[in-house]
Amino acid sequence: MDKRKIEEYIFKVFMLAAVSIVLGSLIFILATILVKGLPALSWEMLTQTPRGGYYMGKGGGILNAILGSLLLGIGATILAAAIALPIVFYLNLYLRRRSRFALAVRFFLDALWGIPSVVYGAFGFTLMIFFGLRASLLAGMITVAFLILPIMARGMDEVLKMIPFELQEASLSLGATRLETAGKVIFRQAFPGILTAILMAFGRGMSDAAAVLFTAGFTDSLPYSLFKPVATLPLAVFFQLGTPFPEVQSRGYAAALILTAIVLSLSILARLITRGMNKHVIKQE
Amino acid sequence: MDIRHWKDLLARRFMFLLCLFVLSLLFCIVGGLYHKAGPVLAVSSWGMILFSSDWHPTQGRFGLAGFIAGTLWVTGLAIVVAVPLSLLTAIFLAEYCPARLRNVIKPVMDLLAGISPVVYGVWGVLVVVPLVRDHLMPFFSGRFPFFPFASENYTGFSALAGGLVLAVMVTPFMVSLMEEVMRGIPFGVRESSLALGATSWQTTRKVILKKAAPGIVAAVILGVSRAIGETMAVLMVAGCALQGFTKSIFDTAYPLPALIANTYGEMMSVPLYDAAILLAALVLLVITVVFNMAAWGILLHLERKEA
Repeated sequence: MDKRKIEEYIFKVFMLAAVSIVLGSLIFILATILVKGLPALSWEMLTQTPRGGYYMGKGGGILNAILGSLLLGIGATILAAAIALPIVFYLNLYLRRRSRFALAVRFFLDALWGIPSVVYGAFGFTLMIFFGLRASLLAGMITVAFLILPIMARGMDEVLKMIPFELQEASLSLGATRLETAGKVIFRQAFPGILTAILMAFGRGMSDAAAVLFTAGFTDSLPYSLFKPVATLPLAVFFQLGTPFPEVQSRGYAAALILTAIVLSLSILARLITRGMNKHVIKQE
Repeated sequence: MDIRHWKDLLARRFMFLLCLFVLSLLFCIVGGLYHKAGPVLAVSSWGMILFSSDWHPTQGRFGLAGFIAGTLWVTGLAIVVAVPLSLLTAIFLAEYCPARLRNVIKPVMDLLAGISPVVYGVWGVLVVVPLVRDHLMPFFSGRFPFFPFASENYTGFSALAGGLVLAVMVTPFMVSLMEEVMRGIPFGVRESSLALGATSWQTTRKVILKKAAPGIVAAVILGVSRAIGETMAVLMVAGCALQGFTKSIFDTAYPLPALIANTYGEMMSVPLYDAAILLAALVLLVITVVFNMAAWGILLHLERKEA
């Protein structure tokens, strides 16, 4: 065998090893969470709020965190979508292909996308002080909306970029305004992709802890007001794991399992939607 | 003008304003943090803050150098582990893997990349920390009792544990970027190399990797900036104790983001403390934004060259 073949063979072995390590560790994470979380999972866990002495190992569940996370995630996603949708339509429909302004906006979205969530948390905290808010559901929503805005906008932008230009031309040539084109033609065509981007951003928003640490606080009661602190799943995991009691820690694992299950099913749902609804989308020949 | 055009004009103005909002957001964040960090900058200089490791909030001394060093340790370790792994995985997916297998591996990796950082942290506490404590630390620290292995920390909560968890977190992200860059190279390039008699590995190494190099560099920069900003997982496994500089991969490390997240409860009770924490956030922000802009600059340049 000549040297080149041996080299090829060695690197193939390396590659296979690398792929197995990467996939293996990721699957290992899932398995760990399943094994640790399943025994602690119970009906009580899902349907009750923590009762007195919860953090010492007494009864109760984490309904407060589940509901809090969902509410906060939904609110933040709606806020972010309300900003991201008009922006991406403006970039793709109203501006020329090589517009400098569009380039600048995209570049800033990329920069915002790279800011760590803990910095958004700190910024949300300064905003809170500025507006005289306390740690609350509202403050958490706004902070998480900032965090997921660039993620969502970039996702939607990719979708709109892929839409054939002829579709736009056809609509405009029939006398439709750009707004009508956006709402009645392009939006329909891009809807599965847009929904995917929204769901992915929702998952990201729910699973982040660092942004809500300062801004949403934590509480044992169910969320009932925009201006009161709210519990979230990632922080429930973090706090319960920090206690010295094995019983409470095992509930932390259960919370981690619930969080992972929600995030994974969201992202699987997003994929199914893309696949299922693409049937109704006009494709370019 | 009829009402339809009025609506269009109105929408156009509104959308333009939202775009301006996005453009101003970054400046708002920088400005807001800078403004709030002002009180600390008034009593000590940038040099003191960035290069002194003297962190005593109650005495009004805020040197961030120990935390910046902690960030460098953890990020450095993560990159050393993650870059070869992601590069090999990306090459496999882009050049060698049959399409069918690829269609299974890619979605699985994307799915798992979406898992919450806290869950990675839980895994780190359960698996990586014991691994470091029971196997890596006794092995290396006993056999190589010198820099960077010597350490007195036997808990397993260490810079290495933080680095390993971070590596697992940033790998799927870097793989998907690198793979995209490699797949963007036209197929004809491969064909001409193969037609000249090169083996597929030679083609990969001498042609594909050369062409993809700028994109791979960009992917690594983005991975680094991700790793620098990652908070919760590192906070959970890196030990995060205040004890000066980290001198070994088995010592505890206390990175900047962990400092910010850890002090949320106490920072309002000590004067200037909150300003110092927001200053730390500002430092973190500037580092990551510079890294990101560099990386996206490279990627944008590549895209333009192709188009």
